[in-house]
Amino acid sequence: MEPVIELDGLEVRFGDRTILKNLKAKLTGRSIGLLGPNGAGKSTLINTLLGFHKPTSGTARIFGKDVRTQVREVRSLIGYMPENDAYIASMSGVRFVRLMAELSGLPPEHALERAHEAFFYVGLGEVRYRALGTYSLGMKQAAKLAQAIAHGPKVLFLDEPTNGLDPPARLRMIALIQEIRDRGDLHLLLSSHLLRDVEECCDEVLILKDGNIAAFCNLEEERRANRRFLEVETRGGVNGAFAEAVEKLGCETATGAQGRLKLILPEHLEVRQLYQIAADQNIQIRRLNHKRDSLEDIFLKAMEAADGRL
Amino acid sequence: MAVYKKTYRPYDGGLTSSLTRFLVIPRYAFEEMRKSRFLTVFYITSFIYPLVCALIIYVQHNASALNLLGVQNANRLISINTTFFMNFLGWQSMLALFLAAFTGPGQVSPDLANNALSLYLARPFSRVEYVLGKMWILVVLMSLMTWVPGLLLFMLQAYLEEGWTWMHDNSSVAVGLFVGSWVWLLILALMALALSAWVKVKPAAGALMFGVFFVAAGFGVAINGVQRTRWGHLLNISALIGSVWVHLFGADPAVNNGGVFFRMPQGQELPLWCCWAALAVLCLICLYMLTRKIRGMEVVR
Repeated sequence: MEPVIELDGLEVRFGDRTILKNLKAKLTGRSIGLLGPNGAGKSTLINTLLGFHKPTSGTARIFGKDVRTQVREVRSLIGYMPENDAYIASMSGVRFVRLMAELSGLPPEHALERAHEAFFYVGLGEVRYRALGTYSLGMKQAAKLAQAIAHGPKVLFLDEPTNGLDPPARLRMIALIQEIRDRGDLHLLLSSHLLRDVEECCDEVLILKDGNIAAFCNLEEERRANRRFLEVETRGGVNGAFAEAVEKLGCETATGAQGRLKLILPEHLEVRQLYQIAADQNIQIRRLNHKRDSLEDIFLKAMEAADGRL
Repeated sequence: MAVYKKTYRPYDGGLTSSLTRFLVIPRYAFEEMRKSRFLTVFYITSFIYPLVCALIIYVQHNASALNLLGVQNANRLISINTTFFMNFLGWQSMLALFLAAFTGPGQVSPDLANNALSLYLARPFSRVEYVLGKMWILVVLMSLMTWVPGLLLFMLQAYLEEGWTWMHDNSSVAVGLFVGSWVWLLILALMALALSAWVKVKPAAGALMFGVFFVAAGFGVAINGVQRTRWGHLLNISALIGSVWVHLFGADPAVNNGGVFFRMPQGQELPLWCCWAALAVLCLICLYMLTRKIRGMEVVR
């Protein structure tokens, strides 16, 4: 499978400061999250992929196109929604998006049609003739998304898309991003310091810390793996008998104090069979949790690693 | 698909040529400019002088028109020669300076003020194309005020003189009109964009444009006075361009020292190469200023 984004020893330096340090990764997911604390290098990575910063050494590729030598081709694949306000205040929303689509190479009549479509799609259809300078923050964010998708990119870079949005506006933005992701027509790279945004929208996560890759995980696989990992609290019965019985069914177990048990279910075993065994042995299952190694756990572990790498 | 059908769809249509994509910027800018009544009136007014010149050329060659006016010998008063065309270019170039000062500051500063540059440059669209697109706006407008009517007047005069001989004998005038205008237009366009990129407040950028011409010229005169030199004229951009025009028009510097508003004081002329070099340095400074500011992302080191 061709990687969407490939980082090949990418290093970016501003003066004496090394911002990105020898990054190596192959990102293949449909929706890739870019996480990290402030100053980790998320925006620098996005700007480098866009060709705004020249790599000091190494390179990066988007769908095989080198950001060093094929900037124009790379940019023609990308839709970019920047973190900060970015618009022309005196222009109407639809005119602005049309201009941006034309600069991406769309003929004027197609650009106009798609600008209208994009505005309706992001929910700004009714205000598309208003000057962008009069838009609220939430509307400006949506307008930025509209200009990023109007020309039909193959990869969409979203830099902190929910920045400054109130809860309902954030939910609308997240729903839009999820809808774009689920349509499957394009790939997403979502940069955020909000774990929830990334968890809700992404299936792959790259965590940066101090310019290094601190962790890289496939959230979808993590979720699937976690589904088989249980924590059980039991009462009554003969000590250790329950653990022995489930081990005979192929579970890996670790016994804790006060009837607590951690176990990994094999593929063929269903949870209700545990209840069956417990009932047979006259044991009460007081608590049963699917242990979930959340993105927060992954992130915190990555941040705890001394050198910024797991 | 109807626009109210709220869905996203990929684009699979054709794309425009990347070579002409920079022309998108001037097209949008012209549409915006048309909304300004002041600019429209100013621009139309700027064609009065070329019309007057055309009338003069016509009357000069039309004995019956002179008879009708009762001024049979008037054609001796005005000669259609190098000075006539240099004055035409001088006057129109002055108007071009005003136009650049009015429209130039609004070109880059709004994009910088609201960080729109990152959106322009995140597309298959380079910094050079951006600057070229913005320059195109000014160059087209100013061309229509300077060398286009200038060459039309030249051809009218050649036509009324009835022959290629006049055209051939005065070909340096045509060269002067064309090349001289372009040198001036490029300087004005670059300077307007550079100031627009650095001064985000439009009126301040416009005022600074005049300041660069008039205050710097005054400063140059002060240097000349204090130091008893003539090198202070290196700061007088209009005098520098005037000297270049004299050369391009093939005029005699002892007789003709530049068009209206662009005259180098007699006896204080600078070597021609110094004038060219000073103008080149000015252009390089403007380009450097643009390079520093026209970026997708500003790097804080």
